[in-house]
Amino acid sequence: MRIFMLGWEFPPYISGGLGTACYGLTRAMSQLGMKITFVLPKMVEGEYTSHVKLLCPGSQKTTFSSTFGELKNVKFHSINSPLQPYTTSDIYEKQIEETLRKKYEIHSRNVSSASQFVSSIDYSCDMYTEVHRYAAIAAELAEFENYNFDLVHAHDWMTYPAGIAVSSISGKPLVVHVHSTEFDRSGENVNQMIYDIERQGMERASKIIAVSHFTRNIIISRYGIPGDKVEVVYNGVERNGNWSNLMETGISKDEKIVLFLGRITMQKGPEYFLHAAKKVLEVMENVKFVMAGSGDLMHRSIELAAELGIGQKVLFTGFLRGEDVHKIYKLADLYVMPSVSEPFGIAPLEALDNDVPVIISKQSGVSEVLMHALKVDFWDVNEIANKIIAVLKYPPLQMTLKSHGNFEVRKLRWKDSAAKCAKIYEDMLLPV
Amino acid sequence: MPSVCFYFQVHQPERLRHYTVFDNNHHYFDDHKNSTICRKVANKCYLPANRLLLDIIRRFEGRFKIAYSITGVLLEQLLEYSPEVMSTFDALARTGCVEFLAETYYHSLSFLYSREEFIEQINKHSETINYYFGQTPRVFRNTELIYNNDLACLIESMDKFDAIITEGADHVLGFRSPNFLYRPKGCNKLKLLLKNYSLSDDIAFRFSNRGWTQWPLTAEKFANWIHNVNGNGNVVNLFMDYETFGEHQWEDTGIFDFMRHLPEEILKHPDNNFKTPTEVAQSYDVFDTVDVPHIISWADTERDLSAWLGNAMQSNAIHELYRLEKKIRQTNDEKIISDWRKLQVSDHFYYMCTKYFADGDVHKYFNPYDSPYDSYINFMNVLDSLHSRCSEQIDGGKLRSASKQDAKNYIRGVKPQGKNPPDLLPADQAV
Repeated sequence: MRIFMLGWEFPPYISGGLGTACYGLTRAMSQLGMKITFVLPKMVEGEYTSHVKLLCPGSQKTTFSSTFGELKNVKFHSINSPLQPYTTSDIYEKQIEETLRKKYEIHSRNVSSASQFVSSIDYSCDMYTEVHRYAAIAAELAEFENYNFDLVHAHDWMTYPAGIAVSSISGKPLVVHVHSTEFDRSGENVNQMIYDIERQGMERASKIIAVSHFTRNIIISRYGIPGDKVEVVYNGVERNGNWSNLMETGISKDEKIVLFLGRITMQKGPEYFLHAAKKVLEVMENVKFVMAGSGDLMHRSIELAAELGIGQKVLFTGFLRGEDVHKIYKLADLYVMPSVSEPFGIAPLEALDNDVPVIISKQSGVSEVLMHALKVDFWDVNEIANKIIAVLKYPPLQMTLKSHGNFEVRKLRWKDSAAKCAKIYEDMLLPV
Repeated sequence: MPSVCFYFQVHQPERLRHYTVFDNNHHYFDDHKNSTICRKVANKCYLPANRLLLDIIRRFEGRFKIAYSITGVLLEQLLEYSPEVMSTFDALARTGCVEFLAETYYHSLSFLYSREEFIEQINKHSETINYYFGQTPRVFRNTELIYNNDLACLIESMDKFDAIITEGADHVLGFRSPNFLYRPKGCNKLKLLLKNYSLSDDIAFRFSNRGWTQWPLTAEKFANWIHNVNGNGNVVNLFMDYETFGEHQWEDTGIFDFMRHLPEEILKHPDNNFKTPTEVAQSYDVFDTVDVPHIISWADTERDLSAWLGNAMQSNAIHELYRLEKKIRQTNDEKIISDWRKLQVSDHFYYMCTKYFADGDVHKYFNPYDSPYDSYINFMNVLDSLHSRCSEQIDGGKLRSASKQDAKNYIRGVKPQGKNPPDLLPADQAV
């Protein structure tokens, strides 16, 4: 089976679960023998390294192609575009300004290499136009590939127009993969344009894959999609098992550490974490709360911690990548995910994989698959605090959660998700 | 020849309310939930089953006999929430065909942790049974039929019991049959009655299972199986949870009709009869000695302690509970002691079991918690609160002794008024 997949950056260059999920799924599919043409947006500054290969000299230098060693059946194409997951309209515009300013600086510094650049602006000034421009280029790319694929698979809303375009022009069926919806990201203040794009993608697709029943229900009830069109394929977790080789971090630990790891944004419930922290600190002293991540609510969170009077007990690490992530898991006694609306939530699985017990919000997709985790309603600050204190106070609880949770996570493999996707593809491709 | 010996276990715990580390209220139990469940079980099981059995006993004029073991914790709840059930049990007691067994008042695992507490709970239970039903129990069964040689010796040394009951587990019997009486190893007088788990579970578990090769089970079919024991056994011990009738097996499975016809089918064969456990112990001699060095029980397929003590949380919780014993006794505070004892009910630890957690199963029935972790957290928060209360109380008074007078006063709100409970007295005599 050959798949034209429209996805996102791979780890370690990621900003959240979307990249992790794309990587996990693609890798597993590749191991199952499926051939994938993987298209992703990449910001090209003109100083790219040599391993990328120019694909279409005739066109506007908009696409580059490469392969990674371990993903044998995957061919990569990147489209020159500043699109990133989790971007909002404002962030996008700021980013464009930044890029243009930098380009101008480089341009004025290296006059000789200025000819490397295409002089005009490669990308649009606003996000929506960019999404559609991206779609046009993706369609061109598909044509260039002679439509050598059986179907199109698009991950999250920004790639839906591209998916629709490629699907129309090639005549191959479209699968959209819903990793999150506008309702998860923005609560009830949905952005109408994004909602419309999401809905259009869902309607034009032959099949929709949701990451949980939680998300599937939103798709059915808020987007008016019939139930038999939506399938559920749970995410998995990448188990590398190299953790024991990590050096000791050199930080002595006489305090308990409660970890929040994720984007610090409304969807993830950072303020509930902090309010719970305050309640915990009323009863226990030797605890520190670590918020690992960055996001639009980061500054507000720092302020909130100070307002609540717990500023010296809350640490902000900023965005963590690679080894740092494993180090922080090693230090943590407990991981808390108080998400307001979480389509799935891969982070708790990673935590359990690293032997850290978890408290997760009941308003999440992952609570459908995990049994050996403590579950709370995200707004129930009292109960979150109650459970945090219990885990820190009673070692048998922590031990049992850790060992049973770690065991449970082993059966959540990307291999099974990939196999399920393969089955969905097969059913789609059957002649009616 | 084979006597059929029925014994029904009747128990409901008092469940804890949601108790966080921030709570400091001293009321730990969820009265609303407990009362709802009590009434529900009364309507679906206790009342219809008691009435049915009462009817059968009267019809057979003394040839049909049964036995009950009712826990003290349940008796308290029945008095408060479903007193009409007490009336039916009283009527059953008065037929003379019903025997009441002894067990720990609080359905606890105290045998494993505190012999002193264990004996006190047995005494309290016997006195309570005597008070309500006018019988002094002579046959003992430990919580969930937990048993080993030590238990048997301890019971024999109390000099109050003629027989003891436990599970007819294969690894203990070997090739021997549970349809005989045995002597516990190390005992001289005590007799051991072993549950015939195959026939008991046919009724208690498999009765409504359409996938079972023997479904549907009719009274006639089952009576034939009993008759097949003739010549090859003295007794068939059918021991089960009373909630089999109406709760575990709902009425529409036909379980009540089955029971209604069973006695007459069994009595069709002149060699069969019904006996109570005491009558069984009196009628038959022991066949052999049975050695049970390690603890057995009637729970799950393992028939051991793993349902209550299988994981770290459970053993930690129970250890912490019994560690408090000395301090609890020192407070001499009736309420504190009662609360501590109600925390000993084995169900609290059953809820913390992580075996088969992913599959819904019988552990989940009436389990008020979403997960075993929640039950552990709740229990430990309550235990913590109890511990603080103890420390606050500085009372060096003499140890409370479980005298007969005191036993009556433990029963909530009841003033001893002689043998007849007030609710059954004729109206002009009632106080």
